Amino acid sequence: MLEWARAQFAMTAIFHFFFVPFTLGMSFLVAFFETIYVKTGKEEWKNITQFWQTIFGINFALGLSTGIIHEFEFGTNWSTYSWVVGDLFGAPLAVEGIVAFFMEATFAAISFFGWKRVSKGVHLASSWLLAIGSNLSALWILIANGFMQHPSSEFLRFSLDNARAEMTNFWALITQPVAQVKFLHVVSAGYTLASVFVLGISAFYLLRKKHVEFAKKSAAVAAAFGLVTSIFVVVIGDEHAYEVANTQPTKIASAEGLYVGEKGAPIVAIGIPKDVDARNVSSNEETWSFKIELPGLLSLLGKRSSDAFVPGLKDLVNGNPAYGIWSFAKLHQVGKEAIEDLKAYHAAKAKGDKAAMEKAKADFYAPVATVDGWTVTKADLMGYGYLEDPTKIYPPVSPVFYSFHIMVALGFWFIILFAWAYIAILKGTFENNALLQKLAVLSVPLPWIATSFGWITAEVGRQPWTVFGLLPTKISATPIALQNVQATFFLFLAAFVILGIAELKILFTVVKSGPKGAH
Amino acid sequence: MTWAPITVDATHFYLQVYFWIIVAVLGGLFLFMTFVQGGQSLMHVAKDEMEERGIVNSLGRKWELTFTTLVLFGGALYAAFPLFYSVSFGGAYWVWMLILFGFVLQAVSYEYMNRPNNLIGKNTYKLFLYFNGIVTMILVGAAVGTFFTGSNFTYDPVTRVLHWGTAADGFNLRGLEAAIDFKHGAWFNLALGVVLFTAARILGALWLMNDLDQNEFAAVHERLRGILKRCFVLLLISLGIVLFGLLTMKGYSYDIHDPAGKVTLVDGKYLQNLLAFAAIPLILFLVGVVLFVIGIFQGIKGSTKGIWPAGLGIVLIGIIVFVIAGLNGTPFYPSYADLQSSLTIQNSSGSKYTLEVMAWVSVAVPFVLGYIIYVWYQMKKSGPITIEEIQDPESHAY
Repeated sequence: MLEWARAQFAMTAIFHFFFVPFTLGMSFLVAFFETIYVKTGKEEWKNITQFWQTIFGINFALGLSTGIIHEFEFGTNWSTYSWVVGDLFGAPLAVEGIVAFFMEATFAAISFFGWKRVSKGVHLASSWLLAIGSNLSALWILIANGFMQHPSSEFLRFSLDNARAEMTNFWALITQPVAQVKFLHVVSAGYTLASVFVLGISAFYLLRKKHVEFAKKSAAVAAAFGLVTSIFVVVIGDEHAYEVANTQPTKIASAEGLYVGEKGAPIVAIGIPKDVDARNVSSNEETWSFKIELPGLLSLLGKRSSDAFVPGLKDLVNGNPAYGIWSFAKLHQVGKEAIEDLKAYHAAKAKGDKAAMEKAKADFYAPVATVDGWTVTKADLMGYGYLEDPTKIYPPVSPVFYSFHIMVALGFWFIILFAWAYIAILKGTFENNALLQKLAVLSVPLPWIATSFGWITAEVGRQPWTVFGLLPTKISATPIALQNVQATFFLFLAAFVILGIAELKILFTVVKSGPKGAH
Repeated sequence: MTWAPITVDATHFYLQVYFWIIVAVLGGLFLFMTFVQGGQSLMHVAKDEMEERGIVNSLGRKWELTFTTLVLFGGALYAAFPLFYSVSFGGAYWVWMLILFGFVLQAVSYEYMNRPNNLIGKNTYKLFLYFNGIVTMILVGAAVGTFFTGSNFTYDPVTRVLHWGTAADGFNLRGLEAAIDFKHGAWFNLALGVVLFTAARILGALWLMNDLDQNEFAAVHERLRGILKRCFVLLLISLGIVLFGLLTMKGYSYDIHDPAGKVTLVDGKYLQNLLAFAAIPLILFLVGVVLFVIGIFQGIKGSTKGIWPAGLGIVLIGIIVFVIAGLNGTPFYPSYADLQSSLTIQNSSGSKYTLEVMAWVSVAVPFVLGYIIYVWYQMKKSGPITIEEIQDPESHAY
């Protein structure tokens, strides 16, 4: 059941993520095009704006509709999760609804249908507010996701009475660095994605010698925006990786296939990792079928020092006292004690035994360590008490490694593509550079691959946790018969496949008929 | 199984009441927005392509509002009453999944149905809109009905074990029993579903009369007036059943000051709730009904303004339905399998801190309502939808 629930959620997430980054980026590009139209007053810019807006609209509907499935699947598929962390997770979702989702939907109406019903100024403002609303929506949902990646005692405390995590500091929740860099990484990836799309479609027209002026103008804006955003994606991606390395060491170790921690840890540029039992590995050499590595770069990425120690999966399972890393066995033991304290507290409460309640409470919140100035209590480690298998404390290495590396490689390719296109546009050679145009067209699907792999890195890399270190995935699911989840899985799969193909066919038709045929 | 209310802290309690009222207001607004779904169930009113495009363009420009209200309704419930979110969505699995499915189909239909090369053909998308307009509405109504008739679950908040009971025939229908288990009030749930569907249909007709040019779409207006008359009769019958049920059924009750929060069945509980707080709920409910009926009669007589009194009326009715379901010591999500598992605003709410934070966030709501009204005004001030606008190649028409 758990695997089907996960599969259903992953399917929805990936399908949703085909559309969301695109609309995040397109909303800004449409606003840019319209701003130029309002500034210059030239009708050709209005045509450009309306063409890309049509494409935006086709994607907007599916992005929005799959988003609602996500919100409700937290309840339908992950009901235990919803109760245990709903006090924290619900708040960003509600704020998203109040301040962002309504803004996005409301101003979309003017942006799409108000061309002749409102003034130019109101229309332009609506297009910008639509873009801002879309991006604010992403901010709030990524704050919620950031909390799942790195729950911190800065903003939560596990309540004994209610047997759930409760919020203690909203400001700390929304300003958590993990969420902030994640937001910037995701939205800038969305801008890059939309820019690649606009550049690629423009190049397609130039190759066909159709809609030439339209294509040149669209490509110029896309190349400029894409160059800035693709560089930013990589820069903020580096910062994101640094945050992950320090908050989710199992994820970064899996993403780099690092089994045995070392000083001056390398980044593997290209390689074929093996999925092996981390407990028995004696050296990193035996865990690769093949690799080309760049020495010291993982230490630099994760610790900002090329000779710093980066823990490997073996250290994280067996422990490494020299670096203060606890073994799984110790974490599990403390976690189990916390679970027993919780049970003891409620047993005492049922009997009305206040002394026993106080004792259980004191035990539950007993400090067990200090990390970076923060006191870690038994309660903070309770999640480990639910895990039994030490080899399941980290995610599967191969999918995380490949998805991470493909994402990074594509990120660098987009910078090259945009820089090349931008220079060509400045020199006036883009129109005649068939090789560059073909590469731009061929690159159109690549950002979707990159963003999907980015999500796989983030979400598969978080396993075995729904909320890292706090709530294991296996106890987050709804207790429900397998057949229910299977049936809805295939119901939504069928809908997604049909609607996805319909979307592509409509998109191709609109692109093929070009800016004039689209209206 | 009994558990105490999470808190007897007065501030926390008032925040719980505040958020239940917020949920009630969102529920009321959602009911108003269902004019989109109601309009979708009226597609057959169009007798030629231009009439159909008129209807699609009128409703298509507003579909996001039902959608966003539903999202916000879900988000507010999640933030304020996470245990309800967990129990209802995880328990009544099929009801919610089918509701979701209906909304997904709706979202794409407007954008895709009139585009060339749309794979499954225009009629399939029309069918999707009918599904969302009829089946989804009845399911939503039946789901709201369980707020009064109860659901078949037990839940222990400490062990976090949720058990959704099996119906007498051995099948675990995960919420769908609300529509077929007549021993536990399916007749009431279905009647409420029909009320919701019929009210949405009436609102849809009134909206279309307001939004489509009265001269260019004169035949559509005429047919919609006929629809209004027939729907009004159906509404009266189904509403009569609902009111009969509401005033005669035993209601779930608990004492808000009782630390054990023990739930009992009480005769005339919902009538008591209507008469509570100096009968304000009853007065507002009746005002809502009167406004709604005024809107219908305005529409029948040919006025295009009926949507506004009817819309305000349905918002008031919706608010009161939710208020009497959850306030005055009433479990808003009762369990008929185990009374003590029933969810109240006290035992299912978020922490005091979270509710305080969300109360501050809710200050943004008037601003949101403000710009929504502004946008509606801007879009409407240049007049109703015309054939020329739909045919204009520069318009983003569906």
